[in-house]
Amino acid sequence: MSDAISALAGALSEGSVEVVDLTHTLDPDFPVIILPPEFGQCARFRMEEVSAYDGRGPAWKWHNISMNEHTGTHFDAPIHWVSGRDVANGAVDEIDPAMFVGPVVVIDCSEGAASDDDFELTPEIIAAWESKHGTIPANSWVLMRTDWSKRQGAEYLNMADDGPHSPGPTPAAIEQLLSRDIRGFGTETVGTDAGQGAHYTPPYPAHYLLHGAGKFGLQCLSNLDRLPPTGAMLIAPPLKIKGGTGSPLRVLALVPHNTASGDRN
Amino acid sequence: MTDKLLPPKKKNPQLRQRVPTLPPAMRSRAALGLTAAAARGAFCLQHCDACGSVQYPPRDACSSCLSVDLAWSETAREGKLIAETRIHASPDPYYRERLPWRSGLVQLAAGPTVLCHLHGDVRRGDTVRMDLKLDKAGQGVMIALPVERTPDMADDPQLRSLTADPKHRRVLITDIRSPMTRPLIDGLLAAGAAHIFVGESESWRRGSDHEVIAGLDKVSVMQLDVSDVSSVQRLAAEIGGKTDILINTARFVRPGGVLGADTVFAREEFEINTLGLMRLAQAFGPGMASRTADGVNSAVAFVNLLSVHALSADPQYGAFSASQSAALSISQTLRAEFRSSGLRVINVYAGPTDDEWHQPLPPPKVPPKTLAKTVVTALQEGLEDAYCGDVAKDLEERWRKDAKVLERELTGGGA
Repeated sequence: MSDAISALAGALSEGSVEVVDLTHTLDPDFPVIILPPEFGQCARFRMEEVSAYDGRGPAWKWHNISMNEHTGTHFDAPIHWVSGRDVANGAVDEIDPAMFVGPVVVIDCSEGAASDDDFELTPEIIAAWESKHGTIPANSWVLMRTDWSKRQGAEYLNMADDGPHSPGPTPAAIEQLLSRDIRGFGTETVGTDAGQGAHYTPPYPAHYLLHGAGKFGLQCLSNLDRLPPTGAMLIAPPLKIKGGTGSPLRVLALVPHNTASGDRN
Repeated sequence: MTDKLLPPKKKNPQLRQRVPTLPPAMRSRAALGLTAAAARGAFCLQHCDACGSVQYPPRDACSSCLSVDLAWSETAREGKLIAETRIHASPDPYYRERLPWRSGLVQLAAGPTVLCHLHGDVRRGDTVRMDLKLDKAGQGVMIALPVERTPDMADDPQLRSLTADPKHRRVLITDIRSPMTRPLIDGLLAAGAAHIFVGESESWRRGSDHEVIAGLDKVSVMQLDVSDVSSVQRLAAEIGGKTDILINTARFVRPGGVLGADTVFAREEFEINTLGLMRLAQAFGPGMASRTADGVNSAVAFVNLLSVHALSADPQYGAFSASQSAALSISQTLRAEFRSSGLRVINVYAGPTDDEWHQPLPPPKVPPKTLAKTVVTALQEGLEDAYCGDVAKDLEERWRKDAKVLERELTGGGA
């Protein structure tokens, strides 16, 4: 075993590195993105019992499950968006697996999102974060913490007559992150874009700009309040779906213990 | 005069619930013509094409001229009650529980004299209005009714045993988002329903009339998603024992034929319209079937709303029509499976409904209010098949006349 791996194994077993689960439970009633009804819709998570130690299978229990690639806590691959349709190796089965494990930084927008449902992540907020924690390192995941994952039921999508209202990045913020050559961008909301993201130019800037640049997305994350601003490692491997545009997944963070649920940015 | 039916008292939990029994169910094939007419609320008898005589009971040949050209035709309902009897003893388990039971002989204006059940408000010598109804065994039987409506007429025990009247019963309407749910709630409450449960899927989406409907007296909104087996089972576990009538208003419609459409919307149509019905029946059916003899608020009916294109496809709604045909097929199996309990499966058919998914279609379209009214009437009349609006009635008639001709007419212009 290399020094690094054995050091990590030791840290994990002694608890100085903690494994934090950033994933929501796949539940049939967990919200999915809602599009105008004439468009195709995101399938909800569904589970049907195949057998449960009974006549259909005496010694075993198992389920058939069904869902969309973008149901629950999920990964967006570049080919998810029209801007990324021609990105090389842009499907989940083609992405270099090294991309699935990497450093993560967290920008805390929870205070702003608490008072403004349409709170925007702006270049100014990113600059302020960088002045405190240093330039966002290349090839990092950048997660926008809003504590939105603590919302339940109708408060989560926060749908109104003029569409959903939830926080997200402005186009300029995404441009700023791309200038740092990030690995991908993740949120606690149902999408990487703001609820009102259709009204930016370009519409849905996170999807449009990130995927066009071959970057990845993570959404419906939870427990971001347990991550430090810097110094954690994200493990986010999507299912290896042939030609897949994304995938539900288990997202884990390795967090140095002295910073987990402690230091705040 | 009929005694007013009072709301049931709370049950004595130490007494065993009455087990369903059925009146005699055996019929000749010829006699099933009565059942077929009763199912849609028609009053039909055999009319001889050769000599014109009207006969009863049904036979394979004309009792006047031996012709076998017998047609089931609409017949005048008028008659005169010439004899009555009150039965005080019966070896039949169903009737033993309901004694005394009145029956009588009615001389029909159309000719034959028939033996029939009697409404409590008819007396010997009265002119009566005859009706064909399905009994608990699902067979067509005749009952003599007063010509003019009498107060609380539907509360008569003999008549009520032949209907699925919502009065004093508890109803589950499965989808709050259906445009017909609100008028249906109003209609059922006006008809005397004791309580109405309304299912709501995906409350996290908002956009339903939750606040308004939940605020109504005698109405509760419950979480229910017919596309999710765990949700259906959860609600059945909660209210399955007090669901007397289930009305499935959940429906998914998208326009489009078969060639031009993908299977994503089609799958959703089958998930909601077809498998949703199956999930509801599996979760609620057995409990309802066990409670069909449970007093005033016994379980009585499972109601499906179907497009009349379940009978013959509308190529402009290809996959949707297929989901409706499949739902019709499931309802037929359910009828077989509920037969021994007497739980009635009612199909209410409608043409295009007046909603956003039929927006560009020309009228006539069925307004939600009209469809709701047809459902309430079907329950009160105890129908098995009800057709709402001119389009549905016309298509059903053409379908019965010649299904192939109808198919060719519906598919003629190319989709």
